Amino acid sequence: MAPRQKNAASRQAIPKSPTGIDGLDQITGGGLPQGRPTLVCGAAGCGKTMLAMEFLVRGATEFNEPGVFMSFEETDKELSQNVASMGFDLPGLCARKKLFMDYVRVERSEIEESGEYDLEGLFIRMQCAIEAVGAKRVVLDTLEALFSGFANENLLRAELRRLFRWLKERKVTAVITAEAGMGALTRNGIEEYVADCVIFLDHRVEDQTSIRRLRVLKYRGTLHGTSEYPFLIGANGFSVFPLSSLKLDHKAPTQRISTGISRLDTMLGGKGFYRGTSILVSGVAGSGKSSMSAHFVRAACQRGERALYMASEQSKDEVIRNMRSIGLDLEPWVKRGLLRFYSERPGSFGLEKHLVTLQEITAAFKPSVVVIDPITNFSSAGTNSEVKSMAVRLIDMFKSRQITTMFTSLTAGDSAAEVSQVGVSSLMDAWLLLRNLECNGERSRGLYVLKARGMAHSNQIREFVLTDHGVQLLDVYTGPSGFLTGSARAAAEAKDREDAAEHARMVQLKSLELNHKRQQLEIEIARMRAAFEQEEQCLLREAQEVELRQHSGDAVRTAIQASRQGDKVPIKTNGRPESAVVVKH
Amino acid sequence: MKQPATSKRKVNKSKNAERWSLRLYVAGTTPKSMEALRNLKQICETHLEKKYQVEVVDLLEDPQLAAGDQILAIPTLVRRLPPPLKKIIGDLSDTERVLIGLDLRSGDVS
Repeated sequence: MAPRQKNAASRQAIPKSPTGIDGLDQITGGGLPQGRPTLVCGAAGCGKTMLAMEFLVRGATEFNEPGVFMSFEETDKELSQNVASMGFDLPGLCARKKLFMDYVRVERSEIEESGEYDLEGLFIRMQCAIEAVGAKRVVLDTLEALFSGFANENLLRAELRRLFRWLKERKVTAVITAEAGMGALTRNGIEEYVADCVIFLDHRVEDQTSIRRLRVLKYRGTLHGTSEYPFLIGANGFSVFPLSSLKLDHKAPTQRISTGISRLDTMLGGKGFYRGTSILVSGVAGSGKSSMSAHFVRAACQRGERALYMASEQSKDEVIRNMRSIGLDLEPWVKRGLLRFYSERPGSFGLEKHLVTLQEITAAFKPSVVVIDPITNFSSAGTNSEVKSMAVRLIDMFKSRQITTMFTSLTAGDSAAEVSQVGVSSLMDAWLLLRNLECNGERSRGLYVLKARGMAHSNQIREFVLTDHGVQLLDVYTGPSGFLTGSARAAAEAKDREDAAEHARMVQLKSLELNHKRQQLEIEIARMRAAFEQEEQCLLREAQEVELRQHSGDAVRTAIQASRQGDKVPIKTNGRPESAVVVKH
Repeated sequence: MKQPATSKRKVNKSKNAERWSLRLYVAGTTPKSMEALRNLKQICETHLEKKYQVEVVDLLEDPQLAAGDQILAIPTLVRRLPPPLKKIIGDLSDTERVLIGLDLRSGDVS
């Protein structure tokens, strides 16, 4: 027995036929099993036909695999009309031989059975269809119609078995739709024959909102996502939202962008937010969240970037009017096409529809900054956990495009300020909290940076006001009386100013005194110096006189000696003449 | 009564009065197809003397004709005239059902 070698070839998954449907290829790890039949089942109106049709159309347009649609329920014309709204041009595809549509009518009342028969006619028709376009993909929608048309069930089942073998032999990837049965997967047990891959579609109403879910029940030979995934049938067809496919592999840009309020930028490490991050601005009603968002958006427009403002509570005109009252005119940016509004109430559609619409707008408009004001409103369209998962998907979508997002969140009251209602705070890179500070019978507005990942930020609660020039942050009050706001602060500031003036006056007085003293001192010094000089001169003169007298005394003595005819006697060093002469008589 | 089923064959025995136009769809020379043809001839001769026209269509030769009359089962007998359209599937061994299907009661020649 040769040793088993685990090389790459033996680990290869089965070949797959990509569907081209957003998200479905991710769940199935590449698409539907190639060359094998897949069963799509669900209740009436779930979207089975749509899914099958999209598989075919995308196969024809995106993957160059022509297809055959054998419909047992709707005529070609009806189908074309149904899918025209999704942008699928069926007649065009048929004309270009990318698609072959065959309507098979099975009418029990028209058929009488007499004796033995088989369904070779169906096989022949399918063969004909496949050959007409060289099809690699086939859809049978829905085989259940056969059961209602033919009474001989045993024969029918035998033929179905033959059909699936036949399809496998021809190596076409087939999608079979079937209606869900009570208790069983399908009404007529078709799942016995189609065992390679089964997809189950569900459409239910929860809390008055309808939600669609998709589940891959089984998929032979592949690791697949087994949970229920929400999906949407939108303007471009199916969109499935697999949360698990969101990988955390975004790039982290290091560029910083301004918040629109320069002093707030200073609080955020001096430069503002990182580009491509998510920011949460939370606060109670009336704390100034929308004003903050408007500043942010305006700053982006001033930089020449596009901004998208999603307002779920106000219409575009209302936002513009309200922001004008604080001196922010957003109208010119709208006119220049740099600012776009998306105003929809959350309850209008399900959460997935909002997600898809935002995706579409983002892809078309390519904003670099998005504001969602507020996100907590979406709780009316889903449970908290659903809103959170929608927020995760939104953030993922924006981050992968390096779009900076600002979410505003309404909190219940000051006591619960640091618990964001939807639990999204851990997804955010920066969190600004707006608080109302009550003191002395009045409320002032304050904000502080609760967290800002990746930068040094101020820990101060800064007071701000909404003026005619927008949001203005006031100076950090550094007086001795502690943190004050509002009129108390104004009073304290006035007092501080007075004190400062007082000090200044005192200092001035003292310096005058000092000058005065200095002057006096100098006068004194001058006088003493003058006196000293005088004395000095006197003493010097006297010394001079004494010397003079000495000199003249010496001269007189010498003269006297000369006149007494004495010898010139060397004068000794001690000054006494040597008495060498002894006068004897 | 071996008829080569490789081409359309018209067995024309009509004169006047209401004409019956029947088309039998087969797929090759399978036993069921042969059986159906045999049974058909018998029924026609018994109940529709001289007033019928039978066409045999082999779908292996002309597969595109299957779509026109919405043929799924083989063999299928289609009564095209007189209207309305009626289809009978099977090898036509159950004569009673064939007659009911064709709207011919035993003994009636309509």
